[in-house]
Amino acid sequence: PSLASRVAGKNEFKVKFIREGKTYDAYGKAGDTLLDVIINNDLDFDGFGACEGTLACSTCHVIVPQAEFDRLPNKPCDEELDMLDLAYDLTKTSRLGCQIEISADLDGIEVTIPATRHDARG
Amino acid sequence: MRLQPARPLSLLRRFYSSEISRGNPLRVAIVGSGPAGFYSAQYLIKNLHDAQVDMFEKYPVPFGLVRFGVAPDHPEVKNVIHSFTTTAKLENFRFLGGVCVGTTITVPELLARYHAVILAYGAGKDKFLGIPGESGANVMSAREIVGWYNGLPEDAALNPDLSSPTAVIIGQGNVAVDVARILLTPPDLLAKTDITQHALAALRKSRIRNVYLVGRRGPAQVAFTVREFRELTKLTNVNTVFSHSDLDTIRTGLGNFPRHRKRLMELALSSGERPIKADSKNCHLKFMLSPRKIVKADGVIHAVNFTVNRMEDPLDPHSAVIPTDDILTVKCGLVLRSIGYEAEPVDKSLPFDKSKHLIPNDQGRVESPAKGLYCSGWIKRGPVGVILTTMNDAYETVDSLLDDLKAGLINVEERKPSREAVVEFLRSRQCDPVTFPEWEAIDAEEMKRGEAVGKPREKLVDVRDMISVAKKVDLDLAHEEAL
Ligand SMILES: Cc1cc2nc3c(=O)[nH]c(=O)nc-3n(C[C@H](O)[C@H](O)[C@H](O)COP(=O)(O)OP(=O)(O)OC[C@H]3O[C@@H](n4cnc5c(N)ncnc54)[C@H](O)[C@@H]3O)c2cc1C
Ligand code: FES
Repeated sequence: PSLASRVAGKNEFKVKFIREGKTYDAYGKAGDTLLDVIINNDLDFDGFGACEGTLACSTCHVIVPQAEFDRLPNKPCDEELDMLDLAYDLTKTSRLGCQIEISADLDGIEVTIPATRHDARG
Repeated sequence: MRLQPARPLSLLRRFYSSEISRGNPLRVAIVGSGPAGFYSAQYLIKNLHDAQVDMFEKYPVPFGLVRFGVAPDHPEVKNVIHSFTTTAKLENFRFLGGVCVGTTITVPELLARYHAVILAYGAGKDKFLGIPGESGANVMSAREIVGWYNGLPEDAALNPDLSSPTAVIIGQGNVAVDVARILLTPPDLLAKTDITQHALAALRKSRIRNVYLVGRRGPAQVAFTVREFRELTKLTNVNTVFSHSDLDTIRTGLGNFPRHRKRLMELALSSGERPIKADSKNCHLKFMLSPRKIVKADGVIHAVNFTVNRMEDPLDPHSAVIPTDDILTVKCGLVLRSIGYEAEPVDKSLPFDKSKHLIPNDQGRVESPAKGLYCSGWIKRGPVGVILTTMNDAYETVDSLLDDLKAGLINVEERKPSREAVVEFLRSRQCDPVTFPEWEAIDAEEMKRGEAVGKPREKLVDVRDMISVAKKVDLDLAHEEAL
């Protein structure tokens, strides 16, 4: 099924992912993490979620708008901050996508996925 | 826990495939099956559906340092294997294990059979300190001891003597912290990981109570990352011990460190300020020391002598390290150097930068007259960086390759020997490559053996055992029959 034509099902909430200038609409249930949403919607973002949500990689780095960032119920734990330290293009509103759970309050949230390709010579 | 989507080809950029490979599919050889090799394969096939990838690996088993480097108590890091396995099962991907490039087949021989070759064979050698006493029993590299506890075939018989109370690790990177943690973790915890049985048995008998992690610079310059260090501080049976003066240095600098360094230094401070528990083991962090001699009597290690260094500005990351005339002696019975991995040219046809220990390249294009030669991962960038770094680096290399393909620099019209002919060629060199399904037989056997001892996996550590499980033959019998 084409993703664009999909609408939120019962008890589903919308997440908009922005990556390399493109937007992807996706849907998930309360309690799904952003990583779950990406997998369940078959979004193939290179390398995203390499450690499968176990706080061991930082490939699931996302940038959240300030307003939603402030509203997120769980603050990042030390282990999440440790992994974020290794992420590229870290911002003040960066989080790990495997640690953010969606909910009615976050319905329609727009998160940015920083580009994966970097000049390794940096 | 969920696996990666089983359909990595669902959203493809169809650009390259429609534009270029109308006729012959692009045939690519990848040398090495670590993260650099697998991320290259994954990204290449995603962007060019009909590319045919053959991955050559020295060992009968895949995944490089994910299997042989990443610590046994870091199973989460190894989850990348699931997505590599998804790639390996694609029809246009082939694993050829137990093939040593440079020995069984040379790089020019690969170039004759493929449109492009990506070298992703990592850095498998040791750096040496170059000090007296370095050779001989119980002085070894962290790479070897990591290989020993992780089942690297050539290090299975390393047999370090763990009977002295003190071990010195020279170097303060993440590998050094990994090794310190494995030496200090209660063996009952390790018994639930895929650590090799021979290492577990030795660690159960270990008398090591003190591990020194020694760096040539100050606390503000340590190379390990906060995640690795946090794990060490979480071991309830271990004190992390800093000197008062080092804690003072950290306190002075705390206000001015950038985010990452600040979090690390705060953790160092809080762990260093904890009261020392007398019944615990100790991890001593020692700074501004350069090893000058390993002191032995009758071949047995007694101590390491260090030159005491000073720094112009201990808080400046670039401040020069100046040796003083002072010497500090640390008594110990085991010395591990953890000063880095080193790469080598596996084939005499390859250009090699002897000072940086990598293959000279421009965004992954090997600087060589041979066309179609690329490199990726630790052999390209030098042996630093985590899997994430290696992943991004692999994408850069494959982007270079795809750009070259688009620019007509790689000629896909050129006819190459068939996939079968490659295997026939290897057989003519007395090498019967291990396929991915055959690796899965090894995998299943390892998990079965693990289950029997309450571990997720018991690795096979002998290449002959691996091959006999893969090929379902009893090698000893086959040998006898041949006589
Ligand atoms: C001890 C240790 C612990 C680590 N822990 C972590 C961690 O917890 N998290 C993390 O993100 N990163 C970790 N890393 C870093 C990570 O392992 C590397 O970033 C990554 O493995 C580099 O990938 P690579 O493919 O370039 O090299 P490798 O993983 O070394 O792969 C190279 C492959 O090439 C093969 N090969 C070598 N020579 C030949 C030949 N002649 N012919 C054919 N094949 C050949 C090798 O057998 C190997 O399979 C660790 C590294 C080490 C050393
Ligand atoms: S998926 Fe690895 S840290 Fe989130």
